[in-house]
Amino acid sequence: MSPGGTCAIAGVGNTAYTRGTDRTTLDLHLEASLRALADAGLSPSDVDAVLPSASAGRSAEDFITNLGLRDVAFAPTAHMGGGSLLCSIQNAMLAIDAGVASCVLVPAGRRGYSGERVSTGAHVVEPLMASVAEFEWPFGNTSAAQWFAHAAQRHMHLYGTTSEQLGHVAVTCRAHANLNPQALMHGRPMTLADHQASRMITTPFRLFDCSLESDGAGALVITSADRARSLGRGDAVIAGVGEAHGSPPTSITQKAEPAVLDAVAVAAERAFAMAGITAANADTVLVHEGFSWMVISCLEAIGVVKLGEGGPFVADGNIRLGGSLPLNPHGGALSEAHVSGVNHVIEGVRQLRRTVEPERQVPDCATVVVVNEGNFFDGGTLVLRKDER
Amino acid sequence: MTTGTPVSRPTVTPTALTKGFWEAAARGELVVQRCSCGQLRHYPQPMCPTCHSVEWEWVPLSGRGSVFSFTVSYKAFHPAWTGRVPYAVVAVELEEGVRMMSDLPAEDTDAVAIGAPVEVFFDPQPDGLTLPRFRLVRGR
Repeated sequence: MSPGGTCAIAGVGNTAYTRGTDRTTLDLHLEASLRALADAGLSPSDVDAVLPSASAGRSAEDFITNLGLRDVAFAPTAHMGGGSLLCSIQNAMLAIDAGVASCVLVPAGRRGYSGERVSTGAHVVEPLMASVAEFEWPFGNTSAAQWFAHAAQRHMHLYGTTSEQLGHVAVTCRAHANLNPQALMHGRPMTLADHQASRMITTPFRLFDCSLESDGAGALVITSADRARSLGRGDAVIAGVGEAHGSPPTSITQKAEPAVLDAVAVAAERAFAMAGITAANADTVLVHEGFSWMVISCLEAIGVVKLGEGGPFVADGNIRLGGSLPLNPHGGALSEAHVSGVNHVIEGVRQLRRTVEPERQVPDCATVVVVNEGNFFDGGTLVLRKDER
Repeated sequence: MTTGTPVSRPTVTPTALTKGFWEAAARGELVVQRCSCGQLRHYPQPMCPTCHSVEWEWVPLSGRGSVFSFTVSYKAFHPAWTGRVPYAVVAVELEEGVRMMSDLPAEDTDAVAIGAPVEVFFDPQPDGLTLPRFRLVRGR
C-alpha cells in the first residue's frame, strides 16, 4: 500500500449556503473554485486536473471553458453518489503521486433547494439506479429518505436503537451549527423535544433526522504536500484515504444486512492503514450524514464503537464539542448545509488550520477523519493530519 | 382520499433482461432468475456472480414470505401517493431467499412489522403493467 502523506489540501473555498438562489449550479461551482484557488495562493492557470461532481451533473468542459484552463491532463468523474468527493480526493492523490497532475481542482455541491432537489425527485439520477427504478419505484420506494429508513428500521430492530438516540445526533449537530455563523441553522436552536415533535417523514425519520435541502458549493485544491508547504498551506496533509464498494450494489434492501455499513468499514480500514492510525486517534470525526442515523452507523462501521453501541454513544454526549469525540463541529449536513459533503472536508481543513470560530475549535486538533457513505452503501474515508514539519 | 384524476405510479420500461418478470406477473405468476448452478437471483442480471454462468431460466416462487424491513411514509414522495399517506413500503424476504420491494395495501399500514408474514397479489395498472405486490397474511 502506498504511504499517505504525499499530498495535501492546499486550498478550500465555498459559496454562501442558502435556501433559494437565482444562480446556476455551475455558477456556484465556479465561485467556490476561484475562492479555493485564491486560498491556496494559486490561479486557474496552475490547474492541470479538474474532477467534476456527478451529483451536480458537471463536466470537465464546464471548468475548462469558464476558468480558461489550458492544460488539463486528468479529469475523471467519480460515481459514488454522496461518497464521490472522497473518491475524487483519492483520484487526485493517485494522479499527483503518479506525476500525471500537480494541481487538482475538486468542486462539489449543488442547488439542493432550488435545483437538484432530492425530495422532489429533481436530483441527478445515476445509472446505478436502474434496478431500483424498475423494481422499487413502482412500489412507492422512490426517495432516499425511504431507502435509508429501511436500514435504520433494521438497526432499531436488531439493536434497540431509538428515535431519541437519532434525535441526539440532530440536536448535537444543531448545537454546533449555532456556533457557526455560516450554518443555515445558525440562530435556530433545537431541543430533543423539538426533534421528537417534528413531523414524521418516513419511519423512523422525522423532519429533523433529514439533512437540509440547501444551495451552495465548495471546492478543494489538492497538491503535493511539499508544494502546499511552499505555499504556506501545508496544514492539512492527506494522511490516508480509502474507498470501498459493497455488494450487491443494486439496492440497500438487497444487502445481506442493511443495518451494517460494511463497505464503510472496509474504506476506513484502508484509510486508517495508510495513515497508520485507528479510530481512537481521531480528534474529530466528520460524517457526511444524509440522515441522523448515518452518524450512528458510521461510528460503528469505522470502529469507534461496536455494532449496536452507536445509539447509546451519541446519547451519552460523546459527540458534542467537549465530549470524547466531537463530531461535525460545523453542524454537518443536518444543520450547516448539504453540499455533497464538501463542507465536511473544508471544516476538517479549517480545524487543522485553527481558523474556525474559537467556540467550536477542537482543542489540539491534529487528526481529522471524514466518512462518507455513497450510492447504496459504498464507502469512503479520509484521514487529514496536521503537518508536523 | 384523492380527488380528481389519480396520478399513475412510476412507469416501467421492461428490458430484454427483465421482460420475462413482468410477463409472468401479467399471468399471475411471481418469477425470478435461476442460474444453471441453481442459485436464485433478483434483481435481474445477465451473469451469476457465483459461477459466472450466463445460462438461466425464470422459475416460479411461492409468493409467500415475511417483512424483512419497512418504512411507513407520511410524505408522498411521488404524486401517485398523494392523498394515500401514510403508506407502508416493505422489503419482502421470500421463502426461497430472494427479496422484493412492495407497498402494502392501506389496511395493512398500522400492522406492519419486521417478521410479519406476507403473500403476493397481482395488481394491474392503468398502463397495462401488472405489479406483483404483497399484503399481510392475517390470523396465522
